[in-house]
Amino acid sequence: MSIDLSQFHQVFFEESFEGLDSMEGGLLDLNPDDFDVETINTIFRAAHSIKGGAGTFGFQVVADFTHVVETLLDEIRAGSRALEASHVDLLLRSVDCLREIMQALQDGDEPEMSLANDLQGQFEAVLAGEASSESSSSDASVLSPDVQPEQAAEESSDDVDGAEESKGYWAIYFKPDADVLRTGNEPVRMFRELEALGEFRSQAVVCDVPEFNQLEPEACYLAWNITVAGGTREEVDEVFEWVIDESELSIRWVDGVPSEADLGESEPVSADTTAQETVEDVSEVVEEPVEAITEAPESVDAQTQTSQPQPEETKPSEPKASKKAASKSSPETTSIRVGIDKIDSLINMVGELVITQSMLGQLGANFDMNKLVRLQEGLAQLEHNTRELQESVMRIRMLPISFTFSRFPRLVRDLSKLMDKKIDLVLLGENTELDKTVMEKIGDPMVHLVRNSLDHGIEKPEERIAAGKPETGTITLNAFHQGGNIVIQIIDDGKGLNKERILSKAIERGLVSEHDRLSDDQINELIFHAGFSTAEQISDISGRGVGMDVVRRNIQELNGTVEVESTEGVGSTFTIRLPLTLAILDGQLVRVGEEVFILPLVSIIESLQVDMSMINNVGGQNEVLRLRDEYVPIVKLHELLHVEPDNYELENGLLVVVEADSSKVGLFVDDLLAQQQVVIKSLEQNYQKVDGISGATILGDGKVALIVDISGVLKIANQNKVRTLPGDHQAA
Amino acid sequence: MPKILAVDDSASMRQMVTFTLKGAGFEVEEAADGQQALNKAKQGSFDLVLSDVNMPVMDGIQLVRELRTLADYKFTPILMLTTESAGDKKMEGKQAGATGWIVKPFNPDQLLNTIKKVLG
Amino acid sequence: MSEQQALSNTGNAASAEDVENSLGSHDAATDQFLTFIMANEEYGVDILSVQEIRGWEAATPIPNSPDFVKGVINLRGTIVPIIDLRLRFGLEQVEYSPVTVVIVLKVTTEKGNKVIGIVVDAVSDVYSLTADDMRHPPEMGDQVNTTFIKGLADVQGKMVILLNIDELLNLKEMPDVDAIKNMIHD
Repeated sequence: MSIDLSQFHQVFFEESFEGLDSMEGGLLDLNPDDFDVETINTIFRAAHSIKGGAGTFGFQVVADFTHVVETLLDEIRAGSRALEASHVDLLLRSVDCLREIMQALQDGDEPEMSLANDLQGQFEAVLAGEASSESSSSDASVLSPDVQPEQAAEESSDDVDGAEESKGYWAIYFKPDADVLRTGNEPVRMFRELEALGEFRSQAVVCDVPEFNQLEPEACYLAWNITVAGGTREEVDEVFEWVIDESELSIRWVDGVPSEADLGESEPVSADTTAQETVEDVSEVVEEPVEAITEAPESVDAQTQTSQPQPEETKPSEPKASKKAASKSSPETTSIRVGIDKIDSLINMVGELVITQSMLGQLGANFDMNKLVRLQEGLAQLEHNTRELQESVMRIRMLPISFTFSRFPRLVRDLSKLMDKKIDLVLLGENTELDKTVMEKIGDPMVHLVRNSLDHGIEKPEERIAAGKPETGTITLNAFHQGGNIVIQIIDDGKGLNKERILSKAIERGLVSEHDRLSDDQINELIFHAGFSTAEQISDISGRGVGMDVVRRNIQELNGTVEVESTEGVGSTFTIRLPLTLAILDGQLVRVGEEVFILPLVSIIESLQVDMSMINNVGGQNEVLRLRDEYVPIVKLHELLHVEPDNYELENGLLVVVEADSSKVGLFVDDLLAQQQVVIKSLEQNYQKVDGISGATILGDGKVALIVDISGVLKIANQNKVRTLPGDHQAA
Repeated sequence: MPKILAVDDSASMRQMVTFTLKGAGFEVEEAADGQQALNKAKQGSFDLVLSDVNMPVMDGIQLVRELRTLADYKFTPILMLTTESAGDKKMEGKQAGATGWIVKPFNPDQLLNTIKKVLG
Repeated sequence: MSEQQALSNTGNAASAEDVENSLGSHDAATDQFLTFIMANEEYGVDILSVQEIRGWEAATPIPNSPDFVKGVINLRGTIVPIIDLRLRFGLEQVEYSPVTVVIVLKVTTEKGNKVIGIVVDAVSDVYSLTADDMRHPPEMGDQVNTTFIKGLADVQGKMVILLNIDELLNLKEMPDVDAIKNMIHD
């Protein structure tokens, strides 16, 4: 039968990518001067598994390359080679290389092997360069030449002929080790195998069987004289392959027909010859297995080689470049691993939902007003079930943020080397869970922020020492849940944001005027404006200042926010806030005229009824609210959203103070309605992006309500303000 | 039908082995490391154990040693899955009490032939 | 409508074979069109792009949108914009009545497929037309954009303007309906 191995390929690729990640993680943790044995073992096992799987499933190029990697790792873990930093670098590069090769194979493309060949050469140089203290391999090869001449004399006829059914037979003396049964080996089984080769006869030799009262039932005291009239030498050797080292075994070919004499009575036949010969025989056979063993793998190789070309041959004709780009740029996969416990909990909830539904169905079938209370209870139960189910389902899409965090140790290591800086990376809250899609999309913005800290934040070691700081800077990634959101902080103890420089750059670019009074926070916020970059040179690493505004936009697209806090000389903290899921929003329903809008609850600071004494007028047109010790500009939603309101006068409506991008604004609405969770539906899917609106939702009555985009509203309001206020602002 | 315990930390390997053996009519259970395998062996009764060498928690060699201390598994055939370069592992395995070995990489037919040879 | 009517358009006797032939036949490429009335003109759209036909229901208005975008509705959980075709053509809006109809269409854009509803006066019929039945709109010069017109068809003595719905709903400027009307009735 032949089994199609390609059905296991996908699992192999997935586990290999995990294995490569685990190798990388282990390698980054390795300290050459004091390495943890368990870490080395983990790295070795990962490489070993990949090699084994690659060979089994026909990816010979991977197996061959991984073999040298594994060999080096084996020497290191066995202690026969010291671990050096250069080894770690070489190993890390080979991990990268393997990832690319595997990705190509997974996509069905021909993998690019030039880097692998180059690295393989380097591995071989390392392995050959300093001789390791292991030399057993050379011993084996020394043995065989010695053995051959003797064998040739005795058994020249066998190997050459393959001796099948010709006039002769194998005369075998077999005395297994006493413990042979305890290893699960069965002489009888071996005899059956021999029987398959040719006419089989045997005679037990019982001279070593002890007295009954000394007999151990589990031990084997027997030996056998055997004749087998057929089979090749290889086939006979194979039968005894597993027990040869612990047995006395002599195999010789005899021409003619087996006779009783060959089986003997109670004496081993071969021992009839001189004692010396016996010794020779035994030593011969001990050396033979080396040959037999080295022969077997070749046949295996031949087989795997024939099966190997197939997976790599069947590549589609699509241009490789686009496929590679596609797979490289999107880290998104189409599957997700879910813990069984989450699935079980889901199944339970659905079960309860079914019960509630059937109960309500019954009530509805013969309903009268007496049953109203029970109906209401049932509906409350339904709400409870639905909410639990919803939470349960959302949890399925949640994965720990460690998946995203995992790329940073490598990034920090490589970049800090490149920049000659010493940087420690601390990861906190790796188990904090968030939605899979959110996590995939937050990766790039996070990378940018970390690179920014590496590049512009952490100073070079000399500078740090001069500033009285420890030579090694620290970047901390911290993730935790807070009020229905996930918060991710990127904290560095570098030189912080230089407010003077930011301010002067902003004035230069016309983002603010000299006369504006800005708080420290507002100055720091300026770095998120488009086209803003105070880097002296445009460094490769952080880009041309296209970074921060794109970072903020990306995060806003996830309905999240990003802010910065910084103290010069001490460090900076970037705080990203994201909803736990993209699909659902905690919303505050508000009414403006006849329309209902949704305000994201997370953005709302407070709501209040307006007392005209709190309102000031700036520039004759724009009202501001005096809220405790700050001035909050007022935006009339009905103007922005072009709706007929009930009230035009501030004192008859309500003001909802919201915050976005470190600035507050008061939204004027007619009424506050309920707070509820809403499912976010896309407006862009069938229509297009609308300024000031982030999406839509369907209310309980089936009507569509629009979700207000607070940042967007602020932007529009600012633009309007610019237009109406006489010119101290230049166009942004 | 004989029951086989397949032990390997590589999921793809386990899948391949299970698929091959089940296809030939054997009952198969899997374990991802030596400890899991030991637990399963104690709870069930297997006619043959197939185990990888390099595994976390408890490796194949240790698993063999542990199995041989159990009354039910004193004489059970235990085959190691080992790569050709690991000559010393084979010796270690034998000394620990393993019956024999299958050399990786192997294809399904080789696996079945060896298993049938052992189980008869 | 029944196959009979479709066949009567092409003037063939009704038979099982003919039915098959007229519905998506292979040799004479036949397309089916749903026609509707608007401002006393009959227009047609490829029936394959028609998802469903609904009565008018109040839509949630979208701020800062053109006047012909009446708003969005909830179509079984999806948000679908509703466009008043009269306003799109720069015609007068009429009051919506119980027979006012919304045709929900699948439109292909460069970004993928969109579902959009158009408000029309009334739905007319479904006709099967072959390429022979259609003629190209006359050249109007660069002044008038006619890409949104697939062609003109003569159906039972009436002129039906066949619309290219992808073009129509992606158009940036307003189609000049008057000019087109004049051209048709020449």
